Amino acid sequence: MSFPWAKQYEPTNPLMKYLDEKLPLPRLVYNAVGAGYPVPRNLSYMWNFGVLAGFCLVLQIVTGVVLAMHYAANDAVAFDSVEHIMRDVNWGWLMRYAHANGASFFFIVIYLHIFRGFYYSSYKAPREMIWLIGVVIFLLTMATAFMGYVLPWGQMSFWGAKVITGLFGAIPLVGESIQVWLLGGYAPDNAALNRFFSLHFLLPFVIAGVVILHIWALHIPGSSNPTGVEVKSESDTLPFHPYYTAKDGLGLAVFLIFYAAFVFFMPNALGHPDNYIPANPLSTPALIVPEWYFYPFYAILRAFTFDFILPAQLWGVLAMFASILVWFFLPWLDKSPVRSGRYRPLFRKFFWVLMVDMAVLFYCGGAHAEEPYIMISQIATAYYFLHFLVILPIISSIEKPEPLPFSITEAVLGSDEKAAQGDSAGTAA
Amino acid sequence: MATTTDTADTVVAEDGVRRRDFIEIAAVATAGVGGIFTLIPLISQMSMSKDVLADSTTELDISALEPGQSIKAIFRKQPVFVRNLTQAEIDAANAVDVDDLRDAESLADRTLEGHENILVVMGVCTHLGCVPLGAAQGEIKGEFGGYFCPCHGSHYDTAARIRKGPAPTNLEVPEYTFTSDTTIVIG
Amino acid sequence: MIRLVGILVGLGFTFVVLLAFGSGALTVMGQGYFVEETAEHAFHEEAHMPAEGYSFDGLMPSWDLAQLQRGYQVYKEVCSACHGLNQIAFRNLDELGYTEAEVKAEAANWVVPGINQDTGEATTRPGLPTDYFPDPYANDIMAAAANNNAIPPDLSLMTKARHNGTAYVYSLLTGYQEPSAELAERFPDSVPGPGLYHNPYFANLNLAMAPPLTTDGQVTYADGTEATVDQMATDVAAFLTWTAEPSLVDRVRLGWIVMGFLIFATILAWLAKKQVWAKAKRKD
Repeated sequence: MSFPWAKQYEPTNPLMKYLDEKLPLPRLVYNAVGAGYPVPRNLSYMWNFGVLAGFCLVLQIVTGVVLAMHYAANDAVAFDSVEHIMRDVNWGWLMRYAHANGASFFFIVIYLHIFRGFYYSSYKAPREMIWLIGVVIFLLTMATAFMGYVLPWGQMSFWGAKVITGLFGAIPLVGESIQVWLLGGYAPDNAALNRFFSLHFLLPFVIAGVVILHIWALHIPGSSNPTGVEVKSESDTLPFHPYYTAKDGLGLAVFLIFYAAFVFFMPNALGHPDNYIPANPLSTPALIVPEWYFYPFYAILRAFTFDFILPAQLWGVLAMFASILVWFFLPWLDKSPVRSGRYRPLFRKFFWVLMVDMAVLFYCGGAHAEEPYIMISQIATAYYFLHFLVILPIISSIEKPEPLPFSITEAVLGSDEKAAQGDSAGTAA
Repeated sequence: MATTTDTADTVVAEDGVRRRDFIEIAAVATAGVGGIFTLIPLISQMSMSKDVLADSTTELDISALEPGQSIKAIFRKQPVFVRNLTQAEIDAANAVDVDDLRDAESLADRTLEGHENILVVMGVCTHLGCVPLGAAQGEIKGEFGGYFCPCHGSHYDTAARIRKGPAPTNLEVPEYTFTSDTTIVIG
Repeated sequence: MIRLVGILVGLGFTFVVLLAFGSGALTVMGQGYFVEETAEHAFHEEAHMPAEGYSFDGLMPSWDLAQLQRGYQVYKEVCSACHGLNQIAFRNLDELGYTEAEVKAEAANWVVPGINQDTGEATTRPGLPTDYFPDPYANDIMAAAANNNAIPPDLSLMTKARHNGTAYVYSLLTGYQEPSAELAERFPDSVPGPGLYHNPYFANLNLAMAPPLTTDGQVTYADGTEATVDQMATDVAAFLTWTAEPSLVDRVRLGWIVMGFLIFATILAWLAKKQVWAKAKRKD
């Protein structure tokens, strides 16, 4: 499952030898994230975000388990129990702010990880399975985050739960039954809160399991790299440890600076003031928006305002789900033989258009549902679907890629003695 | 390639730890220190929260407590018994030779000076923590006229000292003070 | 095949969303403006801090205990008639610099719901330090009935439950004014009706709360500070900032320690990374 030149785990300590015979867990770690995993030597800092996402998952599980020790999932006391955590529990404010901002930073990291995948076409064969599992992780994380946001039982929690479960209500015929079944009531109340808490506790462990599959699948072909040229020889790789542990360590330290700045200096900047008002089924906040990380998809949901065969509401729901599901098909929509955006001039331009497009959707998703934001988000939504479903397949057929380097070694060091014998001596990055 | 990774493992014996190794060790050690400090909030969040700590004293008005009567109150989420002893109960307690007891304490040891008739004890059997009977009217007071624990048959006398049964020590007397003749503050 | 289906689906969604765009654009062109301007758009003003600022605002925050005590006094003598403070217990007042005995005496000044120990009936008793501030109304219906159908919100978290909350409280309390002639002319519906008061800092400009701080000297401060309306509003906004987040000062102070550590750790991690990678940069 790895390159033939991968270093082998050879314990010298008798205890480790014994352990290796009976339970080769150290060997597993050694081969997964240790010296036994050869990694392309040219990974940029954009490759840090996988490890950071793993860190965020652990961070959320640890702080989440702590919060669950003090939180009470009951609609009568949930809000007060959160305030109890903030005021009375030792370090409770730190735990809660670390968890709330941890969710936001988890999404920042995941988005950068995904956008890295877009730019370098990390979804392409032989890494389709890694990508598919990754999209599953993203969906699970969105579900978990949504349910977590309901737990404080503030105004945004309540109305968020109502609006999001209302999406299912848009399904013809069975929608209303599904919505009532999801909530266990006509509107979000104690039953919904309790089940969301249960699932919010369960899903992170499911995510952790799927993350293991993600990493397992990664170790079959090995990591991709910024040139998109596959590893050819030992000189193309470096052992994960110490090279990438050191690099990820630096990435983690920088990440923590940004994270701590939010936790300690502006812990509520990414939240919404209305969630400090207890849930009130009789009064809707002036502006109902989800957490910021859902804004682009929320904008897509709201962009459909016109009944065409199907009701506009249903179009919105379909489009919102489709906007993520389309990622599942990327490996087959983009048929270009070249992976990296570095060598794909046309693709690269459209990638940046997509980034701007998603930024526009992000902005519109957080704005009031009024003109001109709706019209802007309609244009942006149109581009979003055109990009993935129309532009990507077409440019992958018509584009003339720039010449690729012969190997990773050549890209890094400027020359590769094997390249002299080969035919391709393209420009190095 | 072979030479690129070996340096990390190489120990240079002559001049001990070299500078480059020192930086790597320092970085890992710093991460370790950070990890240890992170444990502080993770561990101390489980100790008593401020509201629990604030609830750690109980104030009782015993002006209505007649001799022979007891009241049950709650102190730190556990029952506490306050009994106004009759003269007969005081005499019975004082008649016992303290040295013969499992847990040698006299009634005077277990009450406050000037208020020898007011016995304040935790309603928690020292055996396994059940609540003994005898504080409420009509409850069995056990063979020695004090408290009786129905779980495993511990009998306490009128000074709430263990006299018979498995309990190892007398019912615990919490810390308390009289803030006036009729008011006690426990804790 | 997948690509063909994909292109069709993509064109389908694009077509529908562009239809929606077209109908929206027609509407906009028909009416000649994007959004009809409302009184809120035109007359709402952004909240601002008092001119002298706050000790807890900024990168090196601290509580001005005297100010918090004055703010508490304003809450107690003015706000508490209608607004609760249900996340705060009397014991928390020790953080404002009161001694244990003072906290106990202060708690006893308040009347909290209790239970008659003989009959079990609901009654009232003096507060204990462990009690929470009592709500002024037994329930929402009573609150609404007493206040022209507007329920006075609990103030514990007010400064976190509004955008830029401390400034909001200060601005709202000092911002009552007569609606301008322009407002009356352009938006006659937004002129406050009976029982409503114009305030440009309130979301919809019309507030059911009568101006609570009206005259200088309305509160006689225990520390002798002159109780101007501006001073009282400043102080009570500070007090409500504390009630919303008592950990604010500790949080920022700890933050600097954490930041210092992380910057140190980052420099070390950077040096270590450089050391490790120096080995890879050497040609084999």
